[in-house]
Amino acid sequence: MKKNLPTFILGIVLLTGLVAPLATGASAPGFYIEVLLGGLMAGVLYSLVALGFALIFKASGVFNFAQGAMVLFAALAVARLAERMPLWVAMLLATAIMIVLAWLVERLVLRPLVNQEGVALLMATLGVSYFLDGFGQTVWGSDIYKIELGIAKEPVMILDQLFQGGILVNKEDFVATIAAAALVASLMLFFQKTATGRALRAVADDHQAAQSIGIPLNRIWVIVWSVAGIVALVAGVIWGSKLGVQFSLSQVALKALPVVILGGFTSVAGAIVGGLIIGVGEKMAEVFLGPVMVKAFDLAGGGIENWFAYVLALLFLLVRPEGLFGEKHIDRV
Amino acid sequence: MSGGATVERVTGEVIIAVEGVSLAFGGVKALSDVSFDVREHEVRAIIGPNGAGKSSMLNVINGVYHPQRGTIRLKMDGTLREFHDMDPHEVALSGIARTFQNLALFKGMSVLDNIMTGRNLRMHSNILLQALRLGPAAKEEIEHREAVERIIDFLEIQAWRKTPVGRLPYGLQKRVDLGRALALEPSVLLLDEPMAGMNVEEKQDMCRFILDVNDHFGTTIVLIEHDMSVVMDISDRVVVLDYGRKIGDGTPDEVRGNQAVIDAYLGVSH
Amino acid sequence: MFYRENGQYKTTYAADQQMLPILQDRVFMAGLLVVAFVAVPFFASDYLFLSLLIPFLILTLAAIGLNLLVGYCGQISIGHAAFMAVGAYAAYNIALRIPQLNFLVVLVLAGLIAAAVGMLFGVPSLRIKGLYLAVATLAAQFFTDWLFARVKWFTDYASSGSVSTAPIVMFGWTIDTPVKKYCFLLAVLIVFTLIAKNLVRGHIGRAWMAMRDMDVAAEVIGIRPVYAKLSAFAVSSFYVGVAGALWGFMHLGSWEPLAFNLTLSLNLLFMIIIGGMGSLLGSYFGAAFIVMLPILLNQLPTLLGVPISTAMISHLELMIFGALIVFFLIVEPHGLARLWAVGKEKLRLWPFPH
Repeated sequence: MKKNLPTFILGIVLLTGLVAPLATGASAPGFYIEVLLGGLMAGVLYSLVALGFALIFKASGVFNFAQGAMVLFAALAVARLAERMPLWVAMLLATAIMIVLAWLVERLVLRPLVNQEGVALLMATLGVSYFLDGFGQTVWGSDIYKIELGIAKEPVMILDQLFQGGILVNKEDFVATIAAAALVASLMLFFQKTATGRALRAVADDHQAAQSIGIPLNRIWVIVWSVAGIVALVAGVIWGSKLGVQFSLSQVALKALPVVILGGFTSVAGAIVGGLIIGVGEKMAEVFLGPVMVKAFDLAGGGIENWFAYVLALLFLLVRPEGLFGEKHIDRV
Repeated sequence: MSGGATVERVTGEVIIAVEGVSLAFGGVKALSDVSFDVREHEVRAIIGPNGAGKSSMLNVINGVYHPQRGTIRLKMDGTLREFHDMDPHEVALSGIARTFQNLALFKGMSVLDNIMTGRNLRMHSNILLQALRLGPAAKEEIEHREAVERIIDFLEIQAWRKTPVGRLPYGLQKRVDLGRALALEPSVLLLDEPMAGMNVEEKQDMCRFILDVNDHFGTTIVLIEHDMSVVMDISDRVVVLDYGRKIGDGTPDEVRGNQAVIDAYLGVSH
Repeated sequence: MFYRENGQYKTTYAADQQMLPILQDRVFMAGLLVVAFVAVPFFASDYLFLSLLIPFLILTLAAIGLNLLVGYCGQISIGHAAFMAVGAYAAYNIALRIPQLNFLVVLVLAGLIAAAVGMLFGVPSLRIKGLYLAVATLAAQFFTDWLFARVKWFTDYASSGSVSTAPIVMFGWTIDTPVKKYCFLLAVLIVFTLIAKNLVRGHIGRAWMAMRDMDVAAEVIGIRPVYAKLSAFAVSSFYVGVAGALWGFMHLGSWEPLAFNLTLSLNLLFMIIIGGMGSLLGSYFGAAFIVMLPILLNQLPTLLGVPISTAMISHLELMIFGALIVFFLIVEPHGLARLWAVGKEKLRLWPFPH
């Protein structure tokens, strides 16, 4: 019972979060599904950022606080470059920039700090994050920029035969979700099927053993940070086209942290599932729980989604510290 | 060090009883159905090849790991009491102290402070008194400092008292580790490879300290060691583990003659 | 030449355990106190007080608080501004609702409330460590950001959500001028530094450091993690809560929602990294550095005749902070405090190189 109590509480919280709105949604299923889809959309993006995060953690044990700054940096690069050239050239160029960045981070930050404790590395990535925020805005500017993907933003009505009122879907969101899903799938293939992918998994399992069979650790790190950079780029472009490229992207991307807590630090599948849970959960909480709380406690507005992910992760840490898909860690003495 | 004399010494009642302990990590079995006891004032050795589960055994006694099956009984207030899922703090309170295989010293702290942490169990002044370092707190600090200085003298590490432990050579760090355990004034001392990685001279010093502790304070010693000559020399009784099972138990001479033990060490296929 | 400890023998453990065992250090400290309490109030300008000295004193207090948790007990927090916010809003509400209360009492109560909240968010530290804890403390940050912006009671139903503090009165003495504020803050900081020093050299401090250095070994020798970690969270949050109350009442005077945001949390963390983790002196250095750098960046280009835009300055600031964090982690993980100690060691041996 001692161990089950927190699980029980978390279960109740999740149930009321997901089922209670379902009850209200019964009268307007279309609206409920719209919220659900909106949440899934955001969730896919969280998954994407979290994936970059989990990759780096898996391969180098670094808790990369700078993932958000990388998203901002990449999005800024694409937005500003696209003002001068076609979008696809801008994205290619930005990809190259992210790879150079990965190489610099490995050279200047990771390599000198190898074998340091995790907390020191976390702080180093905080430094990288600050540097990138400042550097990005110096180079690219600090206004709000637009990324035009050239897809119509008008909402499309679907399933209107099925429900009263149908469901409004944004075509751009739809394309973006598919693009993100495709990226995730190709990453999975990359890790499962290619030699580099295998080497990467070997490094993730055991640094020293991998090194002893001749896997060059430094190169693997550059690759991982590059992949994380590209993932950040895709996330940045999609987000940027939705919200505009601006400084706050950096903080939105921080939500990848609770996502990986939920999914388990080392698990790719966990990052994806965790992202979806948090994306849907916080939208549901905002839309359905928010008004109730505002009324009950006489709040000056909603905004639950700003902390929902973190508090959910906190509760989760108390119940299942290794996350949904993570491995249990055993201390050796 | 005379091996013959130690064997005949009188040992007392059972102080730790390990009964049918099994421990597994996921699917890996670290200990299977291990039982043995430790008597007061004896030097009890646990030996076995690498990966035999020796350190796991100490961790179970310490309460760091909780075994899936079996019980540990510890002597408290004169009687053996059964404990379930004890935490390491409770075990320390019952008078069991421990040193570590891979030096687990507090490397950011000085030798003095490391050993002082061993007195923490006995220091009770509350946080407000400590914050202002008022009378009782200051007095307590000095009393325990005196106890710690006696340990520092005993281990002959006076010259390094204010040195951060990270800067000491390995052999001295092992001594500090022992000192920290002694500061608890334990009735049982668990030593996990106290002589690993030492040269002959350092080993002799360490043996001397261990036997002195055993003789002067009557402290029961449970020790894991790889150096067989040391084990045979200083221990009263020996437990042999192999692949998490107990394969031998008895005086050094009995164990030496045990066929299963010889096989385990010479690597006969199972 | 003059910095020697030769001939200063200690004959009791009490003498050996005192804070500044070397005579010259005691003389230096006394001199410093005279300068801080007598010379500075006479010569410093209001600008110096308001933009440099007052923020420095308050942030030092907060940095000491964070250092007790991160530097001494090894529990990371990247949401400590949350507890500053708790302290500030607690003090605001207590002063608002019980106006006749002595300001010192208000401060202590605010600190205690912050300590309670800090302990609550410290509970996860019993199950998780290091990196996981970082996310747990982020929860404290974002939750309190929301709480104080949305729950109207905390801001006394102000329509803008911002609050302004009442005049600070205690024992019939109103603290209103920069000089008075400075003297009051200096006294508070000295008292809190002494208390922190006593704690870290007492058995509770050793328990914290033991948890930091090797938690399993600490447990095995009888240190209870629950007690060590939660007490570190409580004491740390108390300090930071008091600092938050002082920040609100003495530095800001009035503040809007999100005055205690993630940026402030990260700045606190940077102070202890640059200044020196696990060093009280380092907290002073770090706070001084973080307070001075923006001012320097603002003044220097103009003095050099190459003015740059304010936007550019804030970007430069981010870059310099970022680069310095990485630099210090690589080159001197113990920060400015270690450099100071090395310098002192050199001085002690001078003119001999070893």
